[in-house]
This record gives sequence, C-alpha cells and structure tokens, in this order.
Amino acid sequence: MAAESWLTKFPEMERADLVAIRKGLDEAYRQFSRSYGDVIEAIFDPLLYFLVWFEKLLLASPWWAIILVIVALVYGASRSWKLSLGVVVSFLGIGYFGMWDNTMRTLSIITVCTMLSIAVGIPTGIIMARSDRARAIITPILDIMQTMPAFVYLIPVVMLLGIGKVPGVIAVVIYAIPPVIRLTNLGIRLVDKEVLEAAAAYGATPWQRLMGVQLPLAMPTIMAGINQTIMMALAMVVIASMIGVKGLGQPVLKSITNQYFTMGLFNGLAIVALAIIFDRVSQAYARRTQRHMEGSTDV
Amino acid sequence: MSEEPATPLIEIRGLYKVFGNAPGPAMKMVKAGVSKDDILAATGHTIGLNNINLDIHRGNIFVIMGLSGSGKSTLIRHFNRLIEPTEGSISVGGVDAMGLNAKELEAFRRNKMSMVFQHFGLMPHRTVIENVGYGLMVQGFDKTARTAKAMEWLDAVGLTGYEAQYPSQLSGGQQQRVGLARALCSDTDILLMDEAFSALDPLIRSEMQDQLIALQEKLHKTIIFITHDLDEALRIGDIIAILKDGKLSQVGRPEEILLNPADDYVEAFVRDVNRARVLTADVVMQPPACRLTTENLNEALKQMRGEGKDYGYVFDDQDYQGIVTREAIEDEIQKPGTHVDLSDLTEETPTVLPDASLEDVLPMSLEQPYPVPVVCDDGDFHGVVSRQTMISVLTDSNEDEEGTAAATQ
Repeated sequence: MAAESWLTKFPEMERADLVAIRKGLDEAYRQFSRSYGDVIEAIFDPLLYFLVWFEKLLLASPWWAIILVIVALVYGASRSWKLSLGVVVSFLGIGYFGMWDNTMRTLSIITVCTMLSIAVGIPTGIIMARSDRARAIITPILDIMQTMPAFVYLIPVVMLLGIGKVPGVIAVVIYAIPPVIRLTNLGIRLVDKEVLEAAAAYGATPWQRLMGVQLPLAMPTIMAGINQTIMMALAMVVIASMIGVKGLGQPVLKSITNQYFTMGLFNGLAIVALAIIFDRVSQAYARRTQRHMEGSTDV
Repeated sequence: MSEEPATPLIEIRGLYKVFGNAPGPAMKMVKAGVSKDDILAATGHTIGLNNINLDIHRGNIFVIMGLSGSGKSTLIRHFNRLIEPTEGSISVGGVDAMGLNAKELEAFRRNKMSMVFQHFGLMPHRTVIENVGYGLMVQGFDKTARTAKAMEWLDAVGLTGYEAQYPSQLSGGQQQRVGLARALCSDTDILLMDEAFSALDPLIRSEMQDQLIALQEKLHKTIIFITHDLDEALRIGDIIAILKDGKLSQVGRPEEILLNPADDYVEAFVRDVNRARVLTADVVMQPPACRLTTENLNEALKQMRGEGKDYGYVFDDQDYQGIVTREAIEDEIQKPGTHVDLSDLTEETPTVLPDASLEDVLPMSLEQPYPVPVVCDDGDFHGVVSRQTMISVLTDSNEDEEGTAAATQ
C-alpha cells in the first residue's frame, strides 16, 4: 500500500467521480435533446424539405436529361469540350454499372453541403479577415472541427436529430467547411495593401472595398478553398452513410462489413469520378475568371 | 516669383504620429525631446511624425523628400487620413479634416483629394478604363458618364487605345500613367503623389516628370509629391520640405535648399546634386560692377578708374546696350581730333535669360572675359553672372555667401 504514492502512480480522480461526471454530462445532454430536439429539428425542416425535393428531382428526371444539364453546366464553367466529354463518359459508365440512383443521391447531398458550406464559410472567413479577435476565436474551433474524429461529433448530432439526411448534412458540413473559411480569410488578408489603400483613398465605402476589391482579388484563394471543401465533403460521404445518408457510401459500408471487394471498388470509383469532375470543373472555372492575372509576362 | 495667396490651402499644425497601442508615454517623451531610437528602446513605440507644421498653397507642387524611414509616406497618408494622427490638426480649404465622421471622410476623399501610389495601386481585375473611372464609380456615376470622362483623361496621359487592356498587360510607365489618369479623373483640386515615379526606370521617370509638369501648367492643381530623389524634387518642386526621422529639417524653395542648407543632413543631401543643371542665372546673379549711363568718354573713364574696373556695362536710360572696355576708351581719347560717342565703342556681347541654367551660362562665360549679363526677353537688365560666382556656387556650398559677395571684382 505504501509503495503506491502519487510519485509512482498518476494521481487519477476517483473512478466513481469520473462516472458521475460522464453520467451527469450525458444525462444533461439527453435532457437537452429531449426538451429541445423537436424545436431544433423544426429549424432544420426547410433544409430537409429542400434535400428531399432535390434528391427526388434528380432521381425522377430521366438520365439523359440529367447528363445534358450537367454537361451544360460543365461546359459553361470550363469552356472545355474535352472535360465535357469526360463527364459524359463517366456518367454513362456509372449508369451502366448500376450505380445511377446512388450517384444521384450523393450528388444531391454533396451539392447541398457545398452550397451550405459556401454560404456559411465565406461570411465567416470575411469576419475572420476583418478582426484579429474573431480570428483568434475561430481558428481553434476550426482546428477542432478538422482533427476531431468524425464519429465523435456524429454522436451528439444523432442524439439530437436522430438518423437521416439532416444530421448527415450537418456532419459533412462540419467536416468540410474549414478550408473555405480558412482560405477566404487568407485570401482577403493577402490582398495587396496598396490596392486596398487606393480604394480607400478614392472614398470607397467598406462595402465597396469588400465587394469591389477584397473578394474579387481573394477569389483564386477562395476558389481553392471551395475546391478543398468539395473534396472533403465527398470523402465524408462514406462516414455519413453510417448515420443513414443514402448514396454511394452505403454500398461501400456494406462491402466493408461483408467483404464484397468488387462492389466496394465500383462504388469507390464512382465517388472518385464525382470528385474529379467537381475538382476539374471548379478549377477550370476559377482559371477562366482569373484571366486578367495572365499576360503579366508579355510586358 | 508670383505672390502667394494669404491663406494656404492646406494647413498642418503640430502633427504627431506614434505607432503602437499605447502612445501616451511615448508622446510625452517626444515632446520632451527624447530621440526616436531612445523612445523605441524605452517604450517599443515608433515615432512616425514629430511636430509637423506645414502650409501648402494653392497651385504649388509641394515636394516632401526624405530617405526611407523618414516618415514621408506616413505624412502623405495623413492628408486624407489613411493614417490617423496621434495628435495635431489638418485643415484643408478651411475644413478641419480631423473633425470628419466616416461618411464625411468618404465624401472628402472623393471630392478633395486623389492619390497616386508608388506601386500604382491599380486593380488587377479591372480594365484600364475601369481603373481610370474608379473614383467616379465609387461616387455612383453610371457607366457611360464614367467611360466618357475616363477616355478623356486616358487621352491626356497618352494611353488611348489601351482602355480594354488589364494593368498586368502594360509596362510600369504605362501603369503609372493609368494611375495618374485615375487621379485626374476624379477632378479634385489636390493630388497626392506617394513616390509616384520611384518604381520607374530613369528614362521613363524623367518622361513622367515632364508630363506632370506639362499637365500642371494646364491644370494648376495643388500637388503634394513624395520622393527620395533630390534631383526629382528640385526638378518639379515649387517648395521642398525635407523630412528626417519624422521631423522637418527645412522647408523652402529649391534654390534656398541648395544654397543654404539648414543643417548637416540637408547639406549631405544636396552635396551630390548637379547644381549647374538646377540653379538658374537669376538665382546667382549680382548687380553689375560698373554701370555706365553717360555718353561722355571722360566721365565713363573716370567712373571706371574710380571703381577700379577694366570694363563697364553701357545703358541707354534703362536699356542695356553692351560692354565697353577701358582700353578702348583710352585709345579713343588719345587719338587726335573729335571723339566718337561711348555707344560707338560699345561691343554687343551675348546675354542670357534669367531662367537659363548655369549649365548653359558656363560655356558663354568662358568665351568672353567679362561677367555674362542677364537680360530679359523685353530687354530688361537683371544683373550679371561672373565666372567666380559660378565657380564658388558650383564647387563648395559652404562658401556661397562669401562667394556671392566677392564675386565680381
């Protein structure tokens, strides 16, 4: 007995106390989710309606119409026939191997997650760029969001909102939003001070400076952030399928548990195809809007 | 030189700028006369400006010059409050610039001052014409009005045809012309130019200086021009202020700075200047030694002997006629018979205009043994420039005053 002192053994807290803390916190959160779960769910209802509507739209439309719309979007953004042709071939392949419906479900949730991430992430990045105090607060939160294992924050989300699309979207957004916030902040902070000073010297209002100078000049960096966000959202699809998000993630999950190698590979490849399409299109779009940056060598 | 109006357009009084979070203690030390380095060591605060007082008159090109770190860029940013002073007052056209709120300050920047930047400060994502019209866009003018006016100014700086280009497609000199056109397009009375030509190579720089001077002759703006290049300052400045460690060392006309540097710092600055190019005849000229207004030879000879000169300048009333030598008069008097008039012995010699640079006067003074007369277009005689004056002015600044006094013997 005497050998066991705080010098040889870490002075842990009593097991009973630890259990009490855990129980207390769990109970408090359960209580919170019981009393406010419905209210919070109601807040997310519009999002759910939109998700369901968008998924149904993609599933109900004929496959050729979907491909046509997607190719039109791809060509509009990138102005590249090669890329458009690649998109057609990938979607035809996906459909031919029987993954069309799941791909549409994934496409719908990724689109919503990306739009949500941009809608929340860019304003947050702007706030972060404008105030050093905001940056000091937001940066550690982003660090937690990026390093905390996704499963850990799935637990409270599921406790609060149950299993389904909305918790899936929330989990994906939490995981995928940090790059767009970080790179919006960085992009704005890197804008040439003299150009910003010039705008101020000509009497531009803070809003005119933001919309006319800071955001346009930060756009290449912000686009890189959006690109990263899309990639991370796609990577999160498999994990999100664990809480009932339908799509390409579910067959992957099924193949892991049942050791269906080929099924996993095909669905995995479909996710990769989606990722490559999103990546190439968003980058081609970014390049096209930054044409003015070119030609600086031909002076 | 023209008379200056009584009230200056811009008045700066007791302007201090301390960089840092808690300027209070540093301010006390500045006012107690502690040096910039000591304050930095004691408080961690940098002194940007130290008790600046300036009067800038309408229509002048006012050059603020100093080396890097002297606070000149800080100072120019106080005129439109891109930097807020720690203490002091700025008044522009009777308006207290420090009393403006955010909205008033925006209006003030739109209507009173425009600025040209060292690295141009152009918006890379806007075309040249959009850049030139930026000031108007901010003010809410519609696109047609903007473009029309911007085209006018683009033409004035000689860049017609480049309106659809992006700044990155232009050379440095062209980009700064866009910067200048943008500043002029806002149609403000005051132009702030922060080392506007410093990033350009020497040939383009002097071209831009010429263009600025030519535009100024038409537009009569009030220009505040920052530079670290004394040759540039002397070339374009009506008044030059020299800044060192956030303090004004000297404010004056170019020739005052050049001939009477206020302290060692200014003197070190002006030492390497090509004075022959900067100084003009009217700055260094003296009254002529022997001014002959008589027609009588004997009287003229007597005056010359009295003043101990071998030559004299001949006048008919006020009009300058030429030079006559003592030798010529003595020869004439020794001849028998009637003597000719003084004017018949007078030689016409080359003269120079008051604004001729010493570079032009120098060869002339070597061709003839007498001090070169300075004569206006309308025949008005201003004075003479002797070789000795030029040598003393061009060689050693310390001896200017004795030099000018002892010039013509």
